[in-house]
Amino acid sequence: MTHVIETETQPRPLDDLESEPIVNDFSIVAATVNGSGSQTANNVLMRAIFKMGIPVSGKNLFPSNIQGLPTWFIIRVSKDGYTARRDTTEILIAFNQRTADEDLASLVPGGVCIHPNDVKFTNPRSDVFFYPLPVRELVRQSGADAKLRDYIANMVYVGAVAELLGIDMNEIKAALERHFKGKSKPIALNYGVVVAAAEWVRANLSKVDRFRVEPMEKTQGLILVDGNTAAAFGALMGGMTVCAWYPITPSTSLVDAMTELAPILRADPVTGTTTYAIIQTEDEIAAAGIIVGAGWAGARAMTATSGPGLSLMNEFVSLAYFAEVPCVIWDVQRMGPSTGLPTRTSQGDVLSAYYMGHGDTRHVVLFPGTMTECFEFGYLAFDLAERLQTPVLVLSDLDLGMNNWMSEPFTYPEKPFDRGKVLTADELERFKDWGRYKDLDGDGIPYRTLPGNPNPRAAYLARGTGHNEYAIYSERPTDWQQNLDRLTRKHNTARTLVPKPIILDDELANIGIIAYGSTDPAVREAGDILRARGIRTAYLRIRALPLEATLTDFLAKYERVYVVELNQDGQMAQLVQLHAPEYAARVRSVRICNGLPMTAQFVVDSIMRAEQAKRE
Amino acid sequence: MTVETKTNGKPHVNRIGLTSQDYRGGETTLCQGCGHNSITSQIIAAAFELSLAPHQVIKMSGIGCSSKTPAYFMSRSFGFNTLHGRMPSVTTGAVLANRTLLAIGISGDGDTGSIGLGQFKHMVRRNVPVVYIVENNGVYGLTKGQFSATADVGQTLKYAGTNVLPPIDICIEALAADCGFVARSFAGDAKQVRELLKAAMSFHGTAVIDIISPCVTFNNHHDSTKSYDYGKAHEERLQDIQFIPRFDEVHIDYDEGDERYVQLHDGPMIKLRKLGRDYDPTNKWHAIELLERARQNHEFITGLLYINTQRQTLHETMHLTSTPLAYLSEEELRPSRERFERVMQRFM
Ligand SMILES: Cc1ncc(C[n+]2csc(CCOP(=O)(O)OP(=O)(O)O)c2C)c(N)n1
Ligand code: SF4
Ligand SMILES: [Mg+2]
Repeated sequence: MTHVIETETQPRPLDDLESEPIVNDFSIVAATVNGSGSQTANNVLMRAIFKMGIPVSGKNLFPSNIQGLPTWFIIRVSKDGYTARRDTTEILIAFNQRTADEDLASLVPGGVCIHPNDVKFTNPRSDVFFYPLPVRELVRQSGADAKLRDYIANMVYVGAVAELLGIDMNEIKAALERHFKGKSKPIALNYGVVVAAAEWVRANLSKVDRFRVEPMEKTQGLILVDGNTAAAFGALMGGMTVCAWYPITPSTSLVDAMTELAPILRADPVTGTTTYAIIQTEDEIAAAGIIVGAGWAGARAMTATSGPGLSLMNEFVSLAYFAEVPCVIWDVQRMGPSTGLPTRTSQGDVLSAYYMGHGDTRHVVLFPGTMTECFEFGYLAFDLAERLQTPVLVLSDLDLGMNNWMSEPFTYPEKPFDRGKVLTADELERFKDWGRYKDLDGDGIPYRTLPGNPNPRAAYLARGTGHNEYAIYSERPTDWQQNLDRLTRKHNTARTLVPKPIILDDELANIGIIAYGSTDPAVREAGDILRARGIRTAYLRIRALPLEATLTDFLAKYERVYVVELNQDGQMAQLVQLHAPEYAARVRSVRICNGLPMTAQFVVDSIMRAEQAKRE
Repeated sequence: MTVETKTNGKPHVNRIGLTSQDYRGGETTLCQGCGHNSITSQIIAAAFELSLAPHQVIKMSGIGCSSKTPAYFMSRSFGFNTLHGRMPSVTTGAVLANRTLLAIGISGDGDTGSIGLGQFKHMVRRNVPVVYIVENNGVYGLTKGQFSATADVGQTLKYAGTNVLPPIDICIEALAADCGFVARSFAGDAKQVRELLKAAMSFHGTAVIDIISPCVTFNNHHDSTKSYDYGKAHEERLQDIQFIPRFDEVHIDYDEGDERYVQLHDGPMIKLRKLGRDYDPTNKWHAIELLERARQNHEFITGLLYINTQRQTLHETMHLTSTPLAYLSEEELRPSRERFERVMQRFM
């Protein structure tokens, strides 16, 4: 890993650049214009490298715009399997004149700039290698329809990059075949351009840079998937029956994936009747209302939204908490308020999600950090919601949700559903002193009945208004207080049921790192870099709120614990301090809130700085 | 009506063996004489007469004095007193989860006409099966006497002064959203309320009944258009309405020019006997025109304003399985390994 650090931080003189090749360890940045169809080209490149057995990750940095604004796609190629974003660019595909100068400036010395020959740079650099391409000619020669030309132009860089880096053309072809679902015409047209571009490069340019790819065996058997698709898949495996939603980036693609996968997974192949309802509502208030109604009546109900939508659901989440209705809310977090940076990632909803509502509410919140967890929390969230009879919030983010990640294939969920304490008419017979809100087991979780239960004692009126154990309206101070005390008991039960943190231990560690969600890859990479620099760290990744004893034990072990997160106020750091006030002084917040995914470099620099300050 | 249900001409038990007592709820806590209480009584009567199975009924409401009333009828039914203006969405979710439930929604003019207008219209637009009752008193009762959006121009309230804004007509809003059952009634007209309720409870889809329901505490003064006196003096019934259940054997004489029968789903019928004017309740244009004119001329017209039994319900448009989603077993809900593998292949 020392090597990576050096390439990132130390500019190298041009003359020894030719010495050794840099294999499978660099970032490619494709700078294009939003809406020009570059997504296909980028995914094809990424997939081809992945299929050569080389670890990759892809991040799409896109504007809140349909067409015309600049967009960047970063493909990180990492022989060591690192998938976090990096600040440096080794290979630039400069296909956007408007950002060309800025993009060029961000290249490392010795880097590569591939660009259409009509893109002009104000200050061409002498320490990078330029490969100009006759994009217009190559597109014209392809014979493509005029309206397809912009789109096809992107295939020129696919061909050039493939030729310059040594990407297997068969894998490019396979990726195109997959993308166009075997349709021969578009495959032939696109692949034709790729081949023509590669041939042109071979005939007219000579390779002078050091970057290339070589086949490895590190991705065999792995899949490429985005977190929103994984979540939708998991939810459908978990028996989601009602999904109500209102479109908002970056959660929309979760429901899109659900709509696409549901007929395959859950529709009757003969009649087409479905065992689920996906309903687009008039707003997020209605989406929340529908899942609360559905959850109350016995469905496994969920919604997917992002910050602005989440705030509209506030009143319902509060009601569901007090009326004790199960439902699941996926919050795919984005940056800031309504018009903040709607297409940029963040972990800014931690506190508002945990305390969402009015009148003393604390919720179960899950933080998936991997694709497997996005899938598994897809169904686990329903189990927890029904077991605890309460809303469960799942906090993903744009980076996890919308970017493609390598993952082990998901495994078929073997654990049966947990439908919680639901009494049928017959079962109710055995409960002589049943009350809808009566704690019969001492865990704070009452037994519920579902509308339609014919037992004459089963019915009750759900409400947020004060009620006693028998769901009867009551404003008696003791009734209200008892109810709140039971809800606190229930929250403590939740503490024992939510997914435990994952700990990456190091016997020799002297400091701890805490993180959650999408920052996981950056924190793991940072741990390796720090170790190479002589700082040993142990790492605990939080996967849920409420926080529990594992975390307290972890805090007890290390003198300094850094909480890494993507928000301005160190929201999780605050919760950690509240959870274990006796160790609050040990907690240091490492945070950044600039709309970009976390980098290992930022974590390393922040911790190094703090540790050095400590020593001085 | 079948003989067993009658003793001395008065039904004691209905077809499922329940007495009207079995349809009662808790003691009302509303003001004595509140119009909402009369509507509650008619809901009890209608449910009893229709022999509704209490456990199959869900009582839904928003927030307001009106929305409290589900506690005062059918205590053997489930219910959900939701949020202000948001009962439509919760009801939509509940009936999506269990399509066999009969939803009775109780709302107020504030609950539906102001904070909940959006949800109301989208519920109608989706044709969510629900009997949607607006207990309309032109005022916010529970928050003590502010104007609601259904108050007529020039109305005065002790607390709120004079209203200068045009009223929202709940029935016009329902019609504009293509509601298949739109009616208006008056809490002081018990029989009409009851017959309309029975028809609405037998209708497939959203049935909206806007019932003028005087608030005796804040809006029952003699010059209020939502008062008992005004209603009694000005109510103009469009028709004499009689609900004819399927289990009744009736001889229908289609020739009688003044009578008209509307066939509902699964057999029951509504008999409409013409009163003052010629009116065709299956013509939406006429309904809107009638209501617009009534609004201009300050007429208080009640009755079945519009009926259309042809619209698909939410369940139909969504192609939902006939088993309630809430009752599907794990085997039915968890996809097979083979289907799971088919999806996994897409990511390989
Ligand atoms: C979100 C929200 N805002 C305000 C209120 C306060 N509130 C309770 S009832 C009500 C008005 C009810 O009026 P209406 O629906 O006409 O019912 P009525 O009491 O007249 O039957 C208001 C504003 C509330 N409960 N929730
Ligand atoms: S305030 Fe008005 S609406 Fe409320 S209970 Fe009293 S009379 Fe009825
Ligand atoms: Mg009112």
